[in-house]
Amino acid sequence: MTDSLLEQRLTLHPQVALRPEPFGALAYHYGNRKLVFLKHPDVVRLVQALDGTGTTAEKLSECEIDAARWPSFERALANLHASEMLQ
Amino acid sequence: MSKSQLVEQLKSGLDAPICLTWELTYACNLECVHCLSSSGRRDPRELTTDEAKAVLDELHDLQVFYINMGGGEPMIRRDFFELLEYSIGRGIGVKFSTNGAFIDAEKAKRLTAMDYLDIQISLDGTDAVTNDAVRGEGSYDTAIRAMNHLREAGFGEFKISVVVTRYNVDQLDEFKALADEYGAQLRITRLRPSGRGADSWHDLHPTQAQQRQIYDWLVLNGENVLTGDSFFHLNALGPESGTGPLPGLNMCGAGRVVCLIDPIGDVYACPFVIHDEFKAGSVRDEGGFSQVWKQSDLFTELREPQSAGACSACGEFDACQGGCMAAKFFTGLPLDGPDPECVKGHGEAALLAASSVQVPKPMMDHSKPSRVPVTIGRR
Repeated sequence: MTDSLLEQRLTLHPQVALRPEPFGALAYHYGNRKLVFLKHPDVVRLVQALDGTGTTAEKLSECEIDAARWPSFERALANLHASEMLQ
Repeated sequence: MSKSQLVEQLKSGLDAPICLTWELTYACNLECVHCLSSSGRRDPRELTTDEAKAVLDELHDLQVFYINMGGGEPMIRRDFFELLEYSIGRGIGVKFSTNGAFIDAEKAKRLTAMDYLDIQISLDGTDAVTNDAVRGEGSYDTAIRAMNHLREAGFGEFKISVVVTRYNVDQLDEFKALADEYGAQLRITRLRPSGRGADSWHDLHPTQAQQRQIYDWLVLNGENVLTGDSFFHLNALGPESGTGPLPGLNMCGAGRVVCLIDPIGDVYACPFVIHDEFKAGSVRDEGGFSQVWKQSDLFTELREPQSAGACSACGEFDACQGGCMAAKFFTGLPLDGPDPECVKGHGEAALLAASSVQVPKPMMDHSKPSRVPVTIGRR
């Protein structure tokens, strides 16, 4: 990874669908058939907010995610990025 | 949330299935000895095209991302392509299982032109003798022919799906090589004593030593091989081998993340338990599939915490979760006890203890009548 994900302007891949579930949501990529669990409602909120208009750090602030939790969010996003769900 | 917390969440059920199998028809050109659905003859009560489309509409509303179509041989249905196109058009990807008999050059081209479609060719041996002993004479050639058509049409990565038995377990490397040769992905699954498998399981299921062989093979090759998470009972070998669990969710998903719709619209907890005891309802009931998934008594019960029963005394319960519900049920074992293929050897003892109990018979038998020569005359 060259840039920290926190500095990037990410968007949800157009072929990814989110399905709400009690624990958070399921994300399914119709292109590569990958299924990823978003294991917290706050991660879902963040992912839905990612529209390329601001950096991840800005979006985390907008979603009022406590800075102490950012590292765990960054890990969750890294997983989604690796599955090409976020671009 | 850790993986084990997620698994606990999944056990209490999802708003809609992740992995839904839909057997489109009981009709089949083959008569495999381990057929999970005892297929052969078409059931006259089969869902009509319109009913099937209504189910797909419902699955669309539930945001089911993809479904597994099977049978019987799904391509036997005259409306097969119509349903395929309708499903994909509704945003529901399809993976279908076929023996390949109806994939000719033209169909292969047609399938190649479709998006969000996966094809799974069933093959149970890397040579005709091994395969045909289980799937019937000529079925090896049929599958290879279909694979050639798909390759020539440029379909890309289809799947080769293998049920692992005592007789093909030594061919796992060859299966992998065959898949690689075709640019295909290998999928191996566990033999279940379900459907006609109830009669053939005792002869076909891998021996205790072979269970370890499968585990070791999956530890080496598991990342690139699909299993439908079907070998989680082998995870009890993990702690002593120091290799940890196999990839996957390591849980029984029946009624929680998995279910089966059969050709007449009945909904079962999983593809391996076509029996009244595991029937949750029908898509033809009022409220349709959603109602069955969300409210049926059976699925509600399956989402409750399950007792480890006799397995609670075993240190490996967390690793193997007591194994497969269907495997226990159709071998007459208590559901809260060891799997018949328990790698710790508890299954063999349990099978012995259960040898005098009446084993539940699979229901919905659509096998073709056996062609026994008629003898006329006095005995």
